[in-house]
Amino acid sequence: MVQIINTLDAPAEVDRETAVPVNKAENRSLYASREAIHPKAAHGFYRRLKWTLVVVLLGIYYVAPWLRWTRPGDAPDQAILIDMANRRFYFFFIEIWPQEFYYIAGLLIMAGVGLFLVTSLFGRAWCGYACPQTVWTDLYIWVESKIEGDRNARIRLDAAPWSVSKVSKRAFKMLVWLLIAIATGGFWVFYFADAPTLFHDLITGQAPSVAYFTIAILTATTFTFAGFMREQVCTYMCPWPRIQGAMLDEESLIVTYNAWRGEPRHAGRKKAEAQGLKVGDCIDCNNCVAVCPMGIDIRDGNQLECINCALCIDACDAVMDKIGKPRGLINYTTSELYAANVAGKNEHWSWRHLIRPRIIIYFGAWAGVGLAMLFSLTHRSQLDVNVVPDRNPLYVTLSDGAIRNGYTIKILNKRQEARTFRLSVDKLPGATMEMVGDTGAKGASFDIPVDADKLKAVKIYVSTNDPAIITHERSNFEFKVDELNPQASAPAETATYDALFHGPDGKE
Amino acid sequence: MATNIEKDEVSGTPTTGHVWDGIKELNNPLPRWWLYTFYGCIAFALVYTVLYPAWPLPGGATPGILGWSSRGQFQQQMEAAATAQKGTVDQILKLSVNDILKDPKLLAFAQAGGAAAFKVNCVPCHGSGAAGGHGYPNLNDDDWLWGGSPDAIYTTLKHGIRYADDPDTRESQMPNFGIDGILTPDQIDQVANYVMTLSGEQADAGKAAAGKDIFAQNCAACHGDDGKGNREFGAPNLTDKLWLYGGTLADVKAQVTKPHMGVMPAWAKRLDDATIKELAIYVHSLGGGEAPVTQ
Repeated sequence: MVQIINTLDAPAEVDRETAVPVNKAENRSLYASREAIHPKAAHGFYRRLKWTLVVVLLGIYYVAPWLRWTRPGDAPDQAILIDMANRRFYFFFIEIWPQEFYYIAGLLIMAGVGLFLVTSLFGRAWCGYACPQTVWTDLYIWVESKIEGDRNARIRLDAAPWSVSKVSKRAFKMLVWLLIAIATGGFWVFYFADAPTLFHDLITGQAPSVAYFTIAILTATTFTFAGFMREQVCTYMCPWPRIQGAMLDEESLIVTYNAWRGEPRHAGRKKAEAQGLKVGDCIDCNNCVAVCPMGIDIRDGNQLECINCALCIDACDAVMDKIGKPRGLINYTTSELYAANVAGKNEHWSWRHLIRPRIIIYFGAWAGVGLAMLFSLTHRSQLDVNVVPDRNPLYVTLSDGAIRNGYTIKILNKRQEARTFRLSVDKLPGATMEMVGDTGAKGASFDIPVDADKLKAVKIYVSTNDPAIITHERSNFEFKVDELNPQASAPAETATYDALFHGPDGKE
Repeated sequence: MATNIEKDEVSGTPTTGHVWDGIKELNNPLPRWWLYTFYGCIAFALVYTVLYPAWPLPGGATPGILGWSSRGQFQQQMEAAATAQKGTVDQILKLSVNDILKDPKLLAFAQAGGAAAFKVNCVPCHGSGAAGGHGYPNLNDDDWLWGGSPDAIYTTLKHGIRYADDPDTRESQMPNFGIDGILTPDQIDQVANYVMTLSGEQADAGKAAAGKDIFAQNCAACHGDDGKGNREFGAPNLTDKLWLYGGTLADVKAQVTKPHMGVMPAWAKRLDDATIKELAIYVHSLGGGEAPVTQ
């Protein structure tokens, strides 16, 4: 059955739709070369907020590696340091060994859940305010506008033929961009080595080649991403715009054009009013489009390209002030409120919209991971023991019939002071130990000094002639490590390690 | 050459003239970034074929003006490693095995070098864990036929055991008591039972008592009156729990009747002295090494 709808006889009172035919021939081309966007400078609350965040975030990035934090002994005195060579991560009073990398995993989980939380609250606040792509692009556009002028001047310059003035402006802009890019890459490496020393080495050409290489790569990416690719990075390269669709809900605050108030838009407002037409608040001045760094029209509704930077809010509010209309034609609102207003209800946002089950669950998960990490960080042991048994051969029969197993014992002293530990064997009848190496000592226990913040590995042979053990293929026992002569300030630490003793299986 | 190129109505793009099921292929230009990358690859390839070995010819590939080869690179790296280790290796050549043991840095170097050399040269007989097997001694334990001091192991490695081409090799021979008719099968049964009692194993008491005299007359010369062996001749200690050719009564009888006697190559002809010293130290460190003999 084919249903034929007679469209010609539609009633005169049709709904007016603002939908854009996205699959119109000129819109559906799969490839289009980029058209340059010349964002106009916006002024207002959100622009000031964004500048503040640019200064704060870049400030943190550039200053953090220079903060000093005195640590005892040979440990580095840099507050934040990822020490690859010595496999340590320092963050103020926290020191993380590679074995504790799960703390980094926990931080990443917190970052992920935090992003979900912020997105369901405020939409793509990360994209609009804090993402490095946004922050550096903002900085680059600012440089551009200082050298080449604002939007109209830049459009003219783009169209102008090449002249000495154009070349010099472009060259100067590129130079400043390049310096910013070098500083970006240049400061990244300071997180991985002692910053003052590395700075000196970089200047004098003595730094390791990997440092120069890293700087070169980050300089190149900063320069191209913030200078030329800009919104294309967000639209084509970044996965987050796609994910955000699943994170938003009807009560998320997102940058919205209130079409119920703005439509129908009229460029010639007074004329239209005189003609008795219905007139919305939007005067179609296109300021919201001109300031948009993503090159979209917010009046088309929430869309993939929109990074929620709110600059269109600033632009529109300035226009509303001028024409004497209330602010907020474009504002942060929720799609639920938008729908309510479309339906004719006069509803306003209140902070109660922030509290809803999804937010509570996200916050609970985020805080839960954070508290669990904090608890484990404050209660973690400063002593760690690992035992690697010899696997080839599993056991050795000695001339008196005793069975010997070999173990490599690794004692990790995470405290910034040298400590001595007593290693002994428990729950293995008749066991004697022999330490391989310079002493070759035999005994029931050994005292092993371990330097501050170091791992010490010792090879131990454990032998027994106990009939109950040597006829068993596997017997469980324990290595015990007890701290000797503890400082009065800290209690003595103890660790045990469950180990296996291998013997002949008795089948031979 | 088509002179009249059809243009697609919708997009205005020229077509290639290829049609599949009514679908025409548009002749869109390649993306510029792709094209320039492609040109760059061609330029790189041309430069590469001039600099490096590239074109296969009947007599071998063109060598390239840099003269680089993977074999040459390997050679260079080996030479660089040898140069870097020269100081340490010279010291190992100069010092005795006992003196190397006293220097922690040399000891660590020798153990690492010995472990590597062991994997290449010794593993086929002694096993990758040095645990040996039937007829091949376990180097981890504390039983040594020819001595377990660093010097003794070094000598064994250097000159081998029963290795005909080395005049200084460790030499000994156990008579073929059975097949040469020195002892009768009954006597062998008796002496084997006696040997079993030496290590506390179960044996026929009557036969063992008879075997004691046979042992004293035929075996004690090498294995000692008490059966504890003699390292001068590599004669095994018969009172311990370790048996190179098996510890059952049948195994012992077989060994007395027609003895197995292992051979180990003299490594002096195959390895340089530093490597042999490193191997001696590595084997000594496996757990059963005995203290150096002090003069």
